[in-house]
Amino acid sequence: MNDSDFIFTSDFWHWWIVVLVLANILGCWWLILWASKRRTGEAAVGDVTGHVWDETLAEYNNPLPRWWLWLFNITLVFALVYLALYPGLGKFRGLLHWTEESQYEQQVKAAEAKYGPIFAKYAKQDIKALAANPEATKIGRRLFLNYCAICHGSDARGNRGFPNLTDNDWLYGGEPETIEKTILDGRQGYMPAWLPILHEDGVKKVAAYVMSLSGRKVDPALAAAGKKIFQQNCIACHGPDGKGNHMMGAPNLTDNIWLYGGSPGTIEKTIAGGRHGRMPAHRHFLGKNKVHLLAAYIYSLSHHD
Amino acid sequence: MDTSTTYNYKVVRQFAIMTVVWGIVGMLVGVYIAAELVWPQLNMDIPWLTFSRLRPLHTNAVIFAFGGCALFATSYYVVQRTCQTRLMSDKLAAFTFWGWQLIIVLAAVTLPLGITTSKEYAELEWPIDILITIVWVVYAIVFFGTIMKRRTKHIYVANWFYGAFILTIALLHVVNSAEIPVSLTKSYSVYPGAIDAMVQWWYGHNAVGFFLTAGFLGMMYYFIPKQANRPVYSYRLSVVHFWALISVYMWAGPHHLHYTALPDWVQSVGMVFSLILLAPSWGGMINGIMTLSGAWHKLRDDPILKFLIVSVSFYGMSTFEGPMMSIKTVNSLSHYTDWTIGHVHSGALGWVAMVTIGAMYFLIPRMFGKEKMYSTPLVELHFWIATIGVVLYIASMWMAGVMQGLMWRAVNPDGTLTYSFVETVKAMHPFYFVRMLGGLAFLSGMLIMAYNVIKTVAGQRPVEGAIPQAA
Repeated sequence: MNDSDFIFTSDFWHWWIVVLVLANILGCWWLILWASKRRTGEAAVGDVTGHVWDETLAEYNNPLPRWWLWLFNITLVFALVYLALYPGLGKFRGLLHWTEESQYEQQVKAAEAKYGPIFAKYAKQDIKALAANPEATKIGRRLFLNYCAICHGSDARGNRGFPNLTDNDWLYGGEPETIEKTILDGRQGYMPAWLPILHEDGVKKVAAYVMSLSGRKVDPALAAAGKKIFQQNCIACHGPDGKGNHMMGAPNLTDNIWLYGGSPGTIEKTIAGGRHGRMPAHRHFLGKNKVHLLAAYIYSLSHHD
Repeated sequence: MDTSTTYNYKVVRQFAIMTVVWGIVGMLVGVYIAAELVWPQLNMDIPWLTFSRLRPLHTNAVIFAFGGCALFATSYYVVQRTCQTRLMSDKLAAFTFWGWQLIIVLAAVTLPLGITTSKEYAELEWPIDILITIVWVVYAIVFFGTIMKRRTKHIYVANWFYGAFILTIALLHVVNSAEIPVSLTKSYSVYPGAIDAMVQWWYGHNAVGFFLTAGFLGMMYYFIPKQANRPVYSYRLSVVHFWALISVYMWAGPHHLHYTALPDWVQSVGMVFSLILLAPSWGGMINGIMTLSGAWHKLRDDPILKFLIVSVSFYGMSTFEGPMMSIKTVNSLSHYTDWTIGHVHSGALGWVAMVTIGAMYFLIPRMFGKEKMYSTPLVELHFWIATIGVVLYIASMWMAGVMQGLMWRAVNPDGTLTYSFVETVKAMHPFYFVRMLGGLAFLSGMLIMAYNVIKTVAGQRPVEGAIPQAA
């Protein structure tokens, strides 16, 4: 029951609604009766009323079509019956005590009863085992296409800012339990902006060094200068060898996989302005059992034997 | 010129010609964005050409520029002829013409630039809102001022509908556009959350009910009996359906917000009044179609009458569809799908545009001292192309919309959704193509009309209509 629907700031507004709604419905009914009545001295049926406009415009005094009156009356009766059964007249709840929220809750409950056991069965199994079970990954894939594909793509190969989930390169670790935790509770990736500290010159040097870590051709002098700055500022997260840190979600900089793009300009932009990535939590939204299957599907993407 | 013996045809003429011009512009934009849905590359990565910016331009252009000019033209014509008196003020009438054109041009500039309040059909920003208010108040003064100085005893039914349309649009526009400006080009609505949504759809649905329905019913009540040369079918029916229509429409807005944060009682009230609306709407349809009773043969060789009668048929069809779609169970399938787009266009193209086109074919030659259009066969051709266009449009959107709704709710045996969103988009693709063809056909009809209008008015001197002096 959603009670807030039935709380009005005063009884006045409750009656305001009741009176206006009923007055309009009953007013329609009165209107039909009023217009159906024949008055003395009016034109006969099939005759014109006698008023003429713009030389030729006239009006017949035909009665209201009977079938149309039936249609009108049926809708009026339907309205009154509906408003007796369902909420509508101010804070009157309706005889059925129906609410949108209770309907939703009922439907969720029915779906839980019907589909819950399917997911509960898989929840007891190990993620690695599920990843090898085609039935389980089929369900996982369906979940993925509806809830994850919008960012990570239908093929799970990611997009700029959204990691590729098929390459076994993990920001927070690729153990089954870690993947599950990432989906359940989400992640907040944070790379600070270095421009105010390193200035443009420093950013360029670090960028050159970072690119050299994955064996890309760079100006050696620039990279050497960048290495110094890197050792002073970046190793806390990315590690002395630049291989990253799963604890903080700091990416490995040596594998030539770039979350935000690997062009020299983009790398400089990442260092200068920082980045903020956010993976939303799904614990309350999808529930543990569904996430379990999702994790198995994600795991299977980079572990096909 | 002696203004006491002639009608003001100048302002009618101006609005009538601009109806054709804005019709072509608005429908061209519509066809372009329909094509963008088929071939997304057509936005060419230019922000001004993206669907999101051109779509409000399309809706504003067809509703307020094309439909608006048609309503101004016909209401000014009808109110003069049926009140047997010249417009209350030529200067004020001219002001409404130039003011309305300025508003349209401002809309055409600001909407592609992304300047918008983001309220559907009320996207224009606050300085333009103020301008609209001023022009509209002047319009009301001219219209009702003319009614006041009428030389006929009774007020003709068409004027009831025009009057209701003018008054209600003023109210809707002022209430829904209440906003707090933060700069010249940005403002925020004064209403919070669900209340804002409710005010918006109270406005939105009554824009349909009063701008696109009551106003055009006024048009119907003049041009059908005139063109058919028959009395209106039933005076009683016009009284009942007028009062029922204008009182009941006011409540229908919440059906746009079924199953949302809107309180249940508001949704119920919106739904029952939307259903009640069926009979009053059909009252108008009956009065339009039955006016031809006993003169059906006229339909055979009068394409203008074909436009008018077919428009009323589409009106009947979409006012049946509307109440059905407002039923919560139906709405849970139809809402957010392209079924709604099909429904809107059966009203907008089938009813509003067709009745306007018929009225313009009646009006334009008379504004230039001619009995009829340059080419009646071209009017006939226009009729058939337009009808085919509407049918292609709404049939494709029905199929696409119902399919989309069914795909969204389809579930696998494990309870997961059968289709991802992108699969539904892919399934819509062929229907989008057919819809674009329908729109293209309708636009082609408008181009035929433009040619016919140019040929009709070329070399003609504008005329002023003489007011019959015997009251």
